[in-house]
Amino acid sequence: MLHIAYSDYEALRAHGEETYPNECCGVLLGKSDAEGNHVHQIVRAGNTRTDSAHNRYNIAPIELVKIQRQARGLSLDIVGFYHSHPDHPAQWSPTDFAEAHWIGCSYVITAVEKGKAAITNSFLLTGTTEEDKKFLDQSIEIEVATSTPPKGKA
Amino acid sequence: MNIHIPTPLRVYTAGAETVAVPGATVAEVFDHLTSQFPELKQQLFNAEGKLRSFVNVYLNDEDLRYLPSKEATTVASTDELTIIPSIAGGTPCCNCCPLL
Repeated sequence: MLHIAYSDYEALRAHGEETYPNECCGVLLGKSDAEGNHVHQIVRAGNTRTDSAHNRYNIAPIELVKIQRQARGLSLDIVGFYHSHPDHPAQWSPTDFAEAHWIGCSYVITAVEKGKAAITNSFLLTGTTEEDKKFLDQSIEIEVATSTPPKGKA
Repeated sequence: MNIHIPTPLRVYTAGAETVAVPGATVAEVFDHLTSQFPELKQQLFNAEGKLRSFVNVYLNDEDLRYLPSKEATTVASTDELTIIPSIAGGTPCCNCCPLL
């Protein structure tokens, strides 16, 4: 299961709306345990695929290095990534699968339909190597802080 | 020098995020690393002994691929090596492309 605060969940969906009709992308920082991946913070990343940003995303490795360094400073780990699918389903694509290499991490995809965030799904990359990796559907538990009631729809 | 291990590969370093490894060059450091943690070898290198295409290695903030001496680059004990798999993807190119 992916555990994420309501505010972070809404923030990553809003990111997809902001970059529409292009794809957004970002990194999920947190901790993993037997119950799944727990997101403590999301970090927006730039999409380097300016040549085809409407249907591709790529996070520059040096940006990932810096985000991993940031995580280390917070005693957190990279536990997943998110991106959007403008006017496409919130389902992993062949490209998503081919380019997925972070086994054990959550890959969150938000469908953005005509500029509005629609369905958000998470997929856990499992396996041990490139040869046997696979995506599994992953439940999302949205944690609502009791001190700040949510506004709008989840 | 310290090598920073990405989340997916820590299962092969007994959970360690940072591993201290000796070596005068990047290649020597990798030799020591994979000697200490043998299961890392097939995760990092292909059958020809080359770094897998999706494995990025940074010496401090420099991409190893673009360093003139590449794996033969000399390193100091204060340098840091970061292993970072790539992250990319995207939607099907058009509506006619099936999803897997």
